[in-house]
Amino acid sequence: MTDARKFPLRRREVVRHLIAAREDLLVVTGLGSAAWDVTASGDRDLTFPLWGAMGGAVSMALGLALAQPKRRVLAITGDGEMLMGMTALTTIGALRPANLGIAVLDNEHYGETGGQRTNTARGTDIAALAKACGIADATTIRDDKQMPRAIAVLSNGKGLALRVFKVRMEELPLVLPPKDGALLRDRFRRALGV
Amino acid sequence: MKNKTSEPDWPANIWDVLKKWDARLVAHVPDAGHKRLLELCEQDKAITVAPLATEEDGVALLAGAWLGGMRGALLVQSSGVGNCINMLGLPRLCRLPLLMLVTMRGEWGEFNPWQVPMGQAVAPTLEAMGSLVFRAERAEDVGATVDAAARMAFEGPQPVAVLLAQRMIGAKAFAK
Repeated sequence: MTDARKFPLRRREVVRHLIAAREDLLVVTGLGSAAWDVTASGDRDLTFPLWGAMGGAVSMALGLALAQPKRRVLAITGDGEMLMGMTALTTIGALRPANLGIAVLDNEHYGETGGQRTNTARGTDIAALAKACGIADATTIRDDKQMPRAIAVLSNGKGLALRVFKVRMEELPLVLPPKDGALLRDRFRRALGV
Repeated sequence: MKNKTSEPDWPANIWDVLKKWDARLVAHVPDAGHKRLLELCEQDKAITVAPLATEEDGVALLAGAWLGGMRGALLVQSSGVGNCINMLGLPRLCRLPLLMLVTMRGEWGEFNPWQVPMGQAVAPTLEAMGSLVFRAERAEDVGATVDAAARMAFEGPQPVAVLLAQRMIGAKAFAK
């Protein structure tokens, strides 16, 4: 299968490693597949999965990182959601919080709406965008060999970093997080102690 | 022109309210009407000012900050409210506070007709998305209005907007 050769990485494996790397990570996910991926690694109180608010994931993670400078914050989102929210990269590049990692699972498609190609399939380079916005540590990860370092930098690193993981387009079982926004909010803040 | 010396310093009154409510994150797309308040916030070491490229990013930013225990406010011009519409579903559905301070254009002596459609749609748009909407028409009312809005936003918690009237800000200030 050519797609498997071109895209050896699989999104749920990437996410499983990211979440497993650090128990006390504060996680915000973009809507759709990224939220299902994170939930497939286990429903956890310190994960805030968005069910809407498309384009808001990295902004929300930035707010969390500013509010909790001693905690590591990780945004996990897809290429379509990141494209909609890419203006936020300018704010992140301006404020440069040292405790924020951004993982973009880039399968070059809108997975939830029929598999239409995103503009990352037509030339948009999200890591380059991030760099141009002042996020100096931004690269694209394409295979297993690059994974351990990428996981360490995002989940356990001490600086602002963005990684675009080029992942295979695949149909995966839905694993849904709770949908009630007030419940997600309450359990997150309780677990965080605020 | 208004005689500024006889008027309350309403941007400073807003800053006082932000301090009272421990709002330490001010996200904004700048507007001339917010110039002085932004300067006060920039000079305040306890306040983080987040420059936005588009206003809806500020809605999500402040949602994340509150999730982490930090309060803030979103400073925008009336036209920026339109950019926020879908993102306003986030604080509404998750019952998060959002304090929006909106400097109005397109409503009182506006010289630029392109400001009018969104300016006139601000209140109905915010209400349609479930935000409370307060207005301050006179400089002496701004502090109390923003304070009341902050109380309802942070103790709700819920989204609350204060529209700062163009008549008060001074339509002439923008005329070319």
